[in-house]
Amino acid sequence: MDDAVITVRGLRKRYAAVEAVAGIDLEVSRGEIFAFLGPNGAGKTTTVEILEGFRRRSDGEVRVLGVDPAHAGSAWRNRVGTVLQESAAEPGLTVRECMQLYAGYYDAPRDIGETIALVGLQGTEETLGDQLSGGQRRRLDVALGLIGDPELIFLDEPTTGFDPSARRAAWSVIEGLRELGKTVFLTTHYMDEAENLADRIAVIAGGRIVAEGTPQTLGGRERMATRISFTLPDGIGSDDLPLRASTQNGRVAIESERPLADLKELADWALARGLELPDLDVRQPSLEDVYLQLTGGPE
Amino acid sequence: MILLIRFIRRYLKKRRAAQPERRSGKRTPLQLVAHQTRYELLAFFRNKQSRFFTVALPIIFLVIFVSVFGNDKLGPTGIKASTYYVPGISALAVVAGSFVNLVISVTAQRETGVLKRRRATPVPAWVLIAARALTAVVVALGVMTILLLLGRFAYGVTLPSRTLPGVILTAVVGAITFVCLGFALTTAIKTEDAAQPMVQAIMLPLYFISGIFIPNVNLPRWLRDVAMVFPVQHLSDGLHHAFDPATHGSGIVWIDLGVLALWMAAGLAIALWRFTWTPVAAAA
Repeated sequence: MDDAVITVRGLRKRYAAVEAVAGIDLEVSRGEIFAFLGPNGAGKTTTVEILEGFRRRSDGEVRVLGVDPAHAGSAWRNRVGTVLQESAAEPGLTVRECMQLYAGYYDAPRDIGETIALVGLQGTEETLGDQLSGGQRRRLDVALGLIGDPELIFLDEPTTGFDPSARRAAWSVIEGLRELGKTVFLTTHYMDEAENLADRIAVIAGGRIVAEGTPQTLGGRERMATRISFTLPDGIGSDDLPLRASTQNGRVAIESERPLADLKELADWALARGLELPDLDVRQPSLEDVYLQLTGGPE
Repeated sequence: MILLIRFIRRYLKKRRAAQPERRSGKRTPLQLVAHQTRYELLAFFRNKQSRFFTVALPIIFLVIFVSVFGNDKLGPTGIKASTYYVPGISALAVVAGSFVNLVISVTAQRETGVLKRRRATPVPAWVLIAARALTAVVVALGVMTILLLLGRFAYGVTLPSRTLPGVILTAVVGAITFVCLGFALTTAIKTEDAAQPMVQAIMLPLYFISGIFIPNVNLPRWLRDVAMVFPVQHLSDGLHHAFDPATHGSGIVWIDLGVLALWMAAGLAIALWRFTWTPVAAAA
């Protein structure tokens, strides 16, 4: 049996003169947390909306849970949960009423109390949706996306505007979905979020997939040079260093392919001269570094 | 009003106690419409603005107009002001419940992503539309009933039982017409903030020229001709006829219902053609 939950081949979307999505392929397997990253205007939202069945494609083939979302009906929507990027609470309804309303839309909804607990909204059941804090409202959104007990969940920037502790809490909810065997299609602007949650990442830029891989291997990250940096000690010129380095504002940076050997050489050299390198920093390129490189750098 | 909210709340609580929270099995479309309508009504009565503009204001208008003009004779047939204003303000209540309130709430729900999120669920689109329409009709008829009872018991305006079917038919046709026109108008409004001024700008002049606040025999001929084009005039005229003690027969004015039906068809056509579930302002 084919284990693909989402299959996309040669997907294109043209708006008048612009091609927002210029032929992309994607594959998401069952039980996977898949992060879809890309700068604003790269075709990310268009792609997600085509997968969610909100937008028509111009060309290509799309299968989500074996069905073309452009022609999907109620049976398909019973199996898919959607947490949109922006949606207000249902006006005038409490958290519990909101959940009851949405539970009523599905053939086999999850238990309401359990779902409220899953997203950590216990104690707010009788609060009006529009009186929740921003983070709580987002959690209600997630709860509404889960109430139908979907196999596949789209999470569009689920933690935007969260404080760090709320973000961690949301991550554990998403981790919990993995344990329930759900497939998650996540978009986010936070690289640490993708790194912590995703099994696989795809990056879209200019309407094309520019890289795909695990958080550790995306864009050849595992093969990228490690950066060793420190402040040049007084009285030492950059020419005195044992390794090839670049210097900027008195700070030395060494791009190293074999960090352990280079560090030993550097340490031997410094100790022989009685030098200390107090702000020594050894860093693998972060996912953010890789991402910025892939998407054309900081603006 | 507060009693009504309490009633709905108690009713929902009772249902909750009676049913396990996990339900399995498909609902029929009609059950879905009932489910959606119940929550729409609850949301309506929780909203202060809805309660004031849709429920309280028509009652206040009726009290004010009858207090000012009381026993004056109005119009060509010289009916008592109180008998004149009960159907007139009833027409306003129908418009307020099925048009003004609907345009404002549906535009806000569309622009804040509420409609889009509902469409991401298995609930069929027509169920959401039908439930919103049903909510508007229920509210409109509910407020009208309050006005009729107020007219009957506070001002002695008797509703001829012979024409009661005419009153109900006209009110229902009017409410459905204004629901269709309401959905149609939302397609022309881009932002949540624009909805309120837009509906008021359309409706206030029509209230004045359509015999709701002032009998339109007092208006110049050309203004009456203008009013004849629009549906408010025909709703108010239909209701006035059904109430007028001089009316013989069923009190149904077919020409008024005919014009309302034309507007209904036009509104429905525009709504079917242009209505969107996703925010418009964000897409622009």
